[in-house]
Amino acid sequence: MTDTPKGALSPKEAAKYVAGSIAARNRSESWFQFWGRSAIALALAFLILLFVGILSQGIPGMFQHYVILEVELHKDRLDPQGNMSEDSLYAGDAGGLVNEAIMRALDDPQGRKQKRAARSIMSSGSALRLNHFLKDNLDLIGQTVTVKFAVDDDIDSFLRGFITRETPDADRRINNAVIAFVDKLSADGRISYEFSDYLFTGSASRNAEIAGIKGALVGSIWTLLVCILIAFPLGVGTAIYLEEIAPKNRFTEIIEININNLAAVPSVVFGIMGLAIFIVFFGLPRSIPLVGGIVLALMTLPTIIISSRAAIRAVPPSIRDAALGVGASRMQTIFHHVIPLAMPGILTGTIIGMAQALGETAPLLMIGMVAFIVDVPSGMLEPATALPVQIFMWADFAERMFIQKTSAAIIVLLAFLITMNAGAIILRKKLERRW
Amino acid sequence: MFVRIATAAAIVAMSTAVIARDYVSIAGSSTVFPFATIVAEKVGQNPKFKTPVVESGGSSVGKKGVCDGVGTEFIDIGNASSRMKVKELDYCDKNGVKLTEIKVGHDGIVLANSKKAPQMKISLSDLGKALTAKVPNPNTNGSVGGMIDNPFKKWSDINPLYPDSEIRVYGPPTTSGTRASFAEIVNEKAFCGKNARVKAMGIKAKSCRAMRTDGAYIEAGEQDNLIVQKLQEDQSAFGIFGFSYLDQNSDTLQGTELSGITPTFDAIAAGKYKASRALYFYVKHQHMGVVPGIAEYMNEWTKHWNEDQILTDTGMIPMPKAERIEMAKRMKDLPVLTAANLK
Repeated sequence: MTDTPKGALSPKEAAKYVAGSIAARNRSESWFQFWGRSAIALALAFLILLFVGILSQGIPGMFQHYVILEVELHKDRLDPQGNMSEDSLYAGDAGGLVNEAIMRALDDPQGRKQKRAARSIMSSGSALRLNHFLKDNLDLIGQTVTVKFAVDDDIDSFLRGFITRETPDADRRINNAVIAFVDKLSADGRISYEFSDYLFTGSASRNAEIAGIKGALVGSIWTLLVCILIAFPLGVGTAIYLEEIAPKNRFTEIIEININNLAAVPSVVFGIMGLAIFIVFFGLPRSIPLVGGIVLALMTLPTIIISSRAAIRAVPPSIRDAALGVGASRMQTIFHHVIPLAMPGILTGTIIGMAQALGETAPLLMIGMVAFIVDVPSGMLEPATALPVQIFMWADFAERMFIQKTSAAIIVLLAFLITMNAGAIILRKKLERRW
Repeated sequence: MFVRIATAAAIVAMSTAVIARDYVSIAGSSTVFPFATIVAEKVGQNPKFKTPVVESGGSSVGKKGVCDGVGTEFIDIGNASSRMKVKELDYCDKNGVKLTEIKVGHDGIVLANSKKAPQMKISLSDLGKALTAKVPNPNTNGSVGGMIDNPFKKWSDINPLYPDSEIRVYGPPTTSGTRASFAEIVNEKAFCGKNARVKAMGIKAKSCRAMRTDGAYIEAGEQDNLIVQKLQEDQSAFGIFGFSYLDQNSDTLQGTELSGITPTFDAIAAGKYKASRALYFYVKHQHMGVVPGIAEYMNEWTKHWNEDQILTDTGMIPMPKAERIEMAKRMKDLPVLTAANLK
């Protein structure tokens, strides 16, 4: 019998066998490490691609071209009623004064075509800008002042090189006469390229050069305010009840499963529900942050409940036992001991939920917040839109300057999100306690 | 019992919170949207009025939305790039909504491709043949034959004169009025309506409106800009969208010549270019005087819809003067739209 029985190895043979497989086992580990690293590298590459893409488009989108003109602040023409009221300024002829200024700067072009070409350089928001300038500088009335006006979006695209001189005249958005005028303005040093003062102070507009994100930003803030006021107390309350007070039976189990299911429901469904309940049934107006906030609150509730429960569960039972042992009531135990310790986790969950709500457009579509809304909302009952909606709408406008504006708005949205997430990290670090 | 009491309490609490709307609410066609927003912005510059809120979403959203009911929770004006149908008006009647139809202008529907590729010239009926879901079976031995799924893979399969490239057309989804008009003008009227074999089979031309679903026609959503970007990247593809997008991108895209006419502003305005449709809005009578600013919004259109005005600069094709005068009169008289008007 020279053969050893199958499966039974002598220690010597086993050692030999193990030594032989070391290379293979090491190889499999290095393969695993390789795959892990390449996955991270791929993710990083995509992230960098995304950021380079957005920043390279978006940073130019934060700047725009202006034309500097001398305008006469003619009192009677700007303010015909003489009381500086909105009505009086609206009735006034600021547009005419701007028009005269550009004509003067271009040495009074003659003929209808030439005049039209000269007028087309100016943004259609110029009259409004002159009125704003007047309100801020009442002491200058009657004088000739230097004001910078935005140029029309087509002119801006031309100055950026997106519309080229080589394109035949007929195929170009701006014709040769306009280009000649723009060249003259540049030669006279009247064209300046600087940080857009419309981006943060302007609201939605169909004129790309005067469009800004103020309305959407304020709308987002109102919506999130409503959202957090509803979702935070409700979510944390539910989590405390389910984790600390509720008996563990079949009924609470069903509730638990359904909360988890709710977290997986597509967000647009919440919008349809919001439309059916709040707008059609309760008759609330469309497009208002109150309804938007409620819908987003319902959407973020499961996130807050689930993370709050996890945070509460992570508080060691010894803390509860100690509190109860020295005679604290159940409520005192929860609110004096458990919640403060669970707070970092609860806040992190809430902020992540809010960040998710900030980026949503689908539920807002149904309740009319995906809309062209110019007026900046001054409350939660005024029509408003939200930042991601503004981005979505700008992406669809045909005017080319909106492409850069879109990226600029994305940068603002990302900055908002990063600030919120950084806040979550700071809060966690600050409140975290070890035991 | 408890549930019922709770619901009742909630209703009481909420109904006291119902607020009168003091801004005009508009929704509908994504083709009318760019023009409606320009007008809305102009209204808002008047300090007496709030800027109307304009939503997009497609013609069917506008026509259905305005008919959903009377009350400030519903929209005041529905935009549409295809005319209301009797069936849609019935829905209005059911909900007690009275409307006035206002036509504001025209828009061309263009088939366009990248300027880097040659311009295509195609007849309207061949275009219908390329894009409709069902065509008469081309392989019949003299018999009438039946309708089969569209077999054409390349433009040259239809006529060797057309480019030897795959049929790939990006276009709007079913909620879009642009698509409805395209299907009606090209698939129904130009192709099936004139096709002798379809007639011989006793098939209604209306049934040809369906677009292909085998990948030759690709729904690209209500985002026309997305189609424009696709065409700039993919030189063998074509796209269907409103003339205003071609107008804004005239340096990179070119319109296809349809039945001998290239889509230009003048050709569409003169009615020579057949693939064009009227743009409408439908205003709800019951909201006039309840929601402030509806009359002013309508009036604002009349200030900008002439030739050489801002709306035409953005790509809308103006109506003839006589029609503009008639529509302006309609805005004041507000005649009720009836089924008889739509026939």
